[in-house]
Amino acid sequence: MAARMQQGSRPGGARFAQFKLVLLGESAVGKSSLVLRFVKDQFDDYRESTIGAAFLTQTIALDDQTTVKFEIWDTAGQERYKSLAPMYYRNANCAVVVYDITQAASLDKAKAWVKELQRQANENIIIALAGNKADLVAEQPDKRAVTTADAEAYAREANLLFFETSAKTAENVKELFTAMAKKLPIEQASQRGMRSAAGRPGGVDLGLRQEPGQQTSGPGGCQC
Amino acid sequence: MPSDEERGAAPAREAKTPPQNEASTREGNTAMEQSRELTPPPLPPRPLHNLMNDPSASPASLRLSTRSSRPRLLSQATTALSLADAHPPSRSESIGASDTPSSRPVSRKQSPSRTVGSNDPGDQDDSASLKSYAPTRDPRFDGESIIGDISKYVPSPAWKALSSQVERDDPLEQLDPKTDYYSLQIEHEFDEIPPIDADGSNEEALLELWKTKLKHFFILSASGKPIYSRHGDDQLISNYIGIAQTLISFYQGAGDQLKGFTAGDTRFVMLSKGPLNLVAVSRLGESDVQLRTQLESLYMQILSTLTLPSMEKMFSNRPSTDLRRPLAGTDVLLDGLADGFTRGSPSTLLSALECLRLRKTHRQAINDTLLKVRLPGLLYGLIVAAGRLVSVVRPKKHSLHPGDLHLIFNMLFEAGSVKAGGGENWIPLCLPGFNNTGYLYMYVSFFSTLENSVPGSERPSSSGKDDELAIVLISANREGFFELQKMRNDLVAQLEKNGSMAVIKAAIRKGHASCSDIVPNTALRHFLYKSRGNVQFTMPSFEPYYHGLVARRRLMTLYATLHDSIHSRTAHLKVQHCVAHDAVALAWETPLFELYCVAGPQASREALTEGANRVVRWIRREEERVFIIGGAVF
Ligand SMILES: Nc1nc2c(ncn2[C@@H]2O[C@H](COP(=O)(O)OP(=O)(O)OP(=O)(O)O)[C@@H](O)[C@H]2O)c(=O)[nH]1
Ligand SMILES: [Mg+2]
Repeated sequence: MAARMQQGSRPGGARFAQFKLVLLGESAVGKSSLVLRFVKDQFDDYRESTIGAAFLTQTIALDDQTTVKFEIWDTAGQERYKSLAPMYYRNANCAVVVYDITQAASLDKAKAWVKELQRQANENIIIALAGNKADLVAEQPDKRAVTTADAEAYAREANLLFFETSAKTAENVKELFTAMAKKLPIEQASQRGMRSAAGRPGGVDLGLRQEPGQQTSGPGGCQC
Repeated sequence: MPSDEERGAAPAREAKTPPQNEASTREGNTAMEQSRELTPPPLPPRPLHNLMNDPSASPASLRLSTRSSRPRLLSQATTALSLADAHPPSRSESIGASDTPSSRPVSRKQSPSRTVGSNDPGDQDDSASLKSYAPTRDPRFDGESIIGDISKYVPSPAWKALSSQVERDDPLEQLDPKTDYYSLQIEHEFDEIPPIDADGSNEEALLELWKTKLKHFFILSASGKPIYSRHGDDQLISNYIGIAQTLISFYQGAGDQLKGFTAGDTRFVMLSKGPLNLVAVSRLGESDVQLRTQLESLYMQILSTLTLPSMEKMFSNRPSTDLRRPLAGTDVLLDGLADGFTRGSPSTLLSALECLRLRKTHRQAINDTLLKVRLPGLLYGLIVAAGRLVSVVRPKKHSLHPGDLHLIFNMLFEAGSVKAGGGENWIPLCLPGFNNTGYLYMYVSFFSTLENSVPGSERPSSSGKDDELAIVLISANREGFFELQKMRNDLVAQLEKNGSMAVIKAAIRKGHASCSDIVPNTALRHFLYKSRGNVQFTMPSFEPYYHGLVARRRLMTLYATLHDSIHSRTAHLKVQHCVAHDAVALAWETPLFELYCVAGPQASREALTEGANRVVRWIRREEERVFIIGGAVF
């Protein structure tokens, strides 16, 4: 369920909504690190590449009336998992596409993801672009490979939220997710939830539906 | 290289296995197939009885059991956690002086050594002695012919005296002068080799460092492209990869296959698997069979990532394919396996799994819970505690392959990424022992057992290995995540409710029992007991005698030597003694089990033997606690 009222859990005009969020981007740009910072406020200097995908949840209060719960799919950036991505973004309400500001090629990859999302995902999907590892250029400015201005211009053009983040220092991490939550249709989601708590108004739905023409190569294809 | 030819001939010899043996192997598999459906009956009482006098234990069937117990992660038929042993139950469940007089008319009663291979019981001790020092891979000593010769052999008193000497001879002793070197070296074995500087000035020094490693693994493509190396980056090792490739292709070009060779104190073993060549380089004194098993396991890890057809397709489309790309990020898994082999892993040595010791009623309650919360999408379910199996739920017609489980355990407990994620995981993987052509999907959730975890709460990412509990649910449906998540939530809620969770956590916290808890006042310091029918093993704590990497590696080297001595092709001995400077040890094999015991250097043979017998009695009492017999089957 993408969004629903939590009946009776909050008095008065309190609102609660739940959204599906997916992280996409090249391997090693820091998707898992951003999630771990957001969910647990932790950071590992050495992290191993994600195998498959990880599912986590985090709840944030937008104000004393409004609570938003994210159900997060942290996908693996390695090439071989590419064909599985649609399964995670198919019904997502929002996506964070991550690149590494010290690696120019990772922005190209991010742009490709944005394109794919805009073509294949939920048409109302909210997309944020995150240029991660900002701490590295704070120390050594010459490490920067993507200027803020360029990325910002692209984000504006493609209608994306944009932040330069650091999972290491936590810079802009909470801000990123909060900005996302604020753009999500909380009112609608809550109401929809009230109308039909059993309905399934979108959200990453790993159940049942099999999209036609899904690739059968790579881990996505089950040949057994 | 004559010695290489000899190794090269090995598979051919394997293929020449007498037909009767092959037939019984097949029979054995069918028996296994059927027995999966049944819970093996409790073991019958086992009178003290000599194996040789047991008509059911013909040499043929015993040879079969020796062969089938050889660690073969890949090629063995799927073995279950529930398999009844395909072999007749052993009657020789006790060793030592007590059982010999009635059954063995000839020779040294004090020697528990025993062999099979002669139809004449009177000759057995002598053939044992001969075999115990015969170079085990010498083709002249291969197969049945030698047995015929031995049975004609009339032992002289001098021969007997000599052979009792020889029998005590320790294969490990050859290592001893170097042991200190190894001990020092292994401390640094897992240190990373830094990258080469831009100007290449440190290359020399790095190569020296690289050469100090006791063990290397390389994987290269048939066209010579490096795919994996445990130590050193491509640039550093490119010359060596080139040499390996040249050697391998030279032999392949000659229609031969290079299986292995020795240079100084280093053993090189090669394994060719379709488009891949795998190489193990070891100075740890492991046997070829053991090294090949390790290479098989690395190969299985690659298949687990790619599946066989897709890997083959990549190479048939483009023979020069760089497999590093599709395998990117799986180095940690290969490293985890490799380092486990280097540290010495009882599980790999024995090709068996270890279970968490639980009371039978407790295990039953957990099994019942698993069956109760099972959802239709589930293929296999596992509860794993600190690398040990708590329970399994599986369909009647599918058992779990130990090699596959080893890959899963390695992923969960050696490689950090899954448990460090702090969430739930959904992992596509191929289990090659189950089916090497397709993917399954694995739901994994970890919890810490240290604090009182609420169902659904996530474990802290920093907690250590020993307090970890994982629930692993496997489905063939790639969209099955939420179904399995629900099953996991139900499972945890039920286990909390019926008290099983507390039982599991208590068992994890308790850890391994020490050897002296298991057999009080024993000379034994450690043992490995493998139940062959259950494909499981049990052992006491490594503490207090084998604390730390070095002590543990030395113990494992001793075990590996014992294992090799009772599994090598020509050694049909069933009991092997071994005296090293720092330990005395014993290996004992029957159709039901393999037992390896180690005692301090001062311990007498009698004490060692007594300890071994007591371990076997303990297992008999505890069998349903230390092993999962049957599991939850639907
Ligand atoms: N300095 C710095 N390092 C970071 C930051 N974020 C991540 N890293 C490091 O970058 C490496 C890769 O981070 P991950 O979070 O694993 O990257 P990922 O995008 O999840 O990669 P995949 O799982 O392979 O797709 C790790 O070693 C992190 O410690 C950051 O903000 N600053
Ligand atoms: Mg990741």
